[in-house]
Amino acid sequence: MSALLAVEHLSVAYGRVEAVSDVSLSVAPGEIVTVIGANGAGKSTLLNAAMGLLPARGRVVFDGSDIGSVEAEDRVALGLCLVAEKRELFGAMTVEDNLILGAFRTGRSLAAETLAEVFARFPRLRERRAQLAGTLSGGERQMLAMGRALMSRPRLLMLDEPSLGLAPKVVADIFAIIRDLRATGVAILLVEQNARAALNAADRAYVMELGRIGLEGPASELASDPRIAESYLGLGG
Amino acid sequence: MDSTILLFLLQDGLTNGAIYALLGLALVLVFAVTRVIFVPQGEFVAYGGLTFALLEAGKLPGTAYMVVAFGAAAFAMELVSRRRELAARLVAREAAFKLGLPLAILFLAKAVVAAQPGAVVNLVLTIAIVAPIGPYLYRVAFQPIADASVLVLLITAVGVHLAMTGIGLVFFGAEGLRAPPISSAVLPVGPIVVTGQNLGIYAITAALIVALYLFFGRTITGKALRATAINRIGARLVGIRLALSGRIAFTLAAVIGAVSGVLIVPMTTLYYDTGFLVGLKGFVAAIIGGLVSYPLTAAAALLVGVVEAFASFHASDWKEVIVFTLLLPVLLIRSWTDPHSDEEE
Repeated sequence: MSALLAVEHLSVAYGRVEAVSDVSLSVAPGEIVTVIGANGAGKSTLLNAAMGLLPARGRVVFDGSDIGSVEAEDRVALGLCLVAEKRELFGAMTVEDNLILGAFRTGRSLAAETLAEVFARFPRLRERRAQLAGTLSGGERQMLAMGRALMSRPRLLMLDEPSLGLAPKVVADIFAIIRDLRATGVAILLVEQNARAALNAADRAYVMELGRIGLEGPASELASDPRIAESYLGLGG
Repeated sequence: MDSTILLFLLQDGLTNGAIYALLGLALVLVFAVTRVIFVPQGEFVAYGGLTFALLEAGKLPGTAYMVVAFGAAAFAMELVSRRRELAARLVAREAAFKLGLPLAILFLAKAVVAAQPGAVVNLVLTIAIVAPIGPYLYRVAFQPIADASVLVLLITAVGVHLAMTGIGLVFFGAEGLRAPPISSAVLPVGPIVVTGQNLGIYAITAALIVALYLFFGRTITGKALRATAINRIGARLVGIRLALSGRIAFTLAAVIGAVSGVLIVPMTTLYYDTGFLVGLKGFVAAIIGGLVSYPLTAAAALLVGVVEAFASFHASDWKEVIVFTLLLPVLLIRSWTDPHSDEEE
């Protein structure tokens, strides 16, 4: 099966420090893939480079074509969307305006339809539609960021630490939504420090250490791998 | 000072203040969207005022050629920067916007000058001539360094201001121009008279402010511009091209400058370099508004206008000094009350 997203030998450097070294990974259509690893392993850098926000060496192939020279703004129009770690919401605008802007590249008629779908998936956002995004709680902000991304009707959704800083109950909600999204056919590339939850939700997983991919395999196998258990699941000695 | 003089100065100040408000709003807009402190805003005032005055005098203004030159420069920049992805469609689209449009404006201007249809058409034509200079200027001077620091952008803006002043001298010459008033109506209100020109300024300023309010509050393009101002990365993540936001912001700035120029050229003789000082007054207002608040900027602009009017009555030699001294307490209070913060999330 041809991959929806294929990252090949990608390297990203901040000045002379290489944060991501020769990383290759792929995501098939409709698949949930996770990249787990410690803080500072280069996971966010990887996603930002795949989105086109950071200059990188290597190839990024989306749906069969090399998108290395495509600006991030135009990758959105192709169906690639990133929910950034900092959420990057428009704090001084209403929830509804944030969502409408998410559909900036899809056209007006589709936007109204998608907005109804997003409100159905996140009833909380419908309740808060007139509220300023900057006044939302952490969980609501994450929901808004995901909702805004879905407004662009992505084929691949990249989520950067969606559980970061959220209460356990909210984390469970977010992961339930991620599993739920699979049914709509959207592929997901999930970067997480919360390895247990990520491996539970994903089909396949990559383990990143110091900018490189260490291990990869089906998520269920990695979840029972003793090396993973020790380093990332907090079960070891 | 008796109450007649008081009212007269107040009216004078509010009239000038309305113009400064327009310019202040344009400065806030351009800074919020592109982080450029737009020093050359005043040049658009001079270009607009002189263009209108020449059209009213039945002459073809130099700006009609200038816009073609700016368009050609922007076209060349675009082709060079995108030389790797040149496709016929791209070239055709760029040529239509950057060569075809200014040429069409030039021919339109020639036709209008021949026909002499009156002030309203001249106003619209002035806007049509000056407005495209905004996005062309952005393409040539600012888009290539859009990610640079605010300081670098400011230095560039000063350079652009000097260049545009020089270009203004080339295309308009050193002589000052004045236009007949939009309306010669005179309305006595108590002891003072309100001229048609004053009323025109108030009406057009108010209409522009309402139009901007609706544009930013109701349209998707306006919202995209606000989004760019609030969070640039967020804007890119939803697919808003920063270059497009920049072009729209500069277009609005050029339109606002041109309208301001048309409004003041019947009241004062404009020279190719008059715009700078007018723009600076708008800048004082924008700074009082913290370069973020539109309502505060508009209110501050009215205050600047009134202070200027009273200063010119009591100490006309010191008028500019007094106006610009307004900045000092504002900057002091701001630096005491808002601790400096770097760009936040």
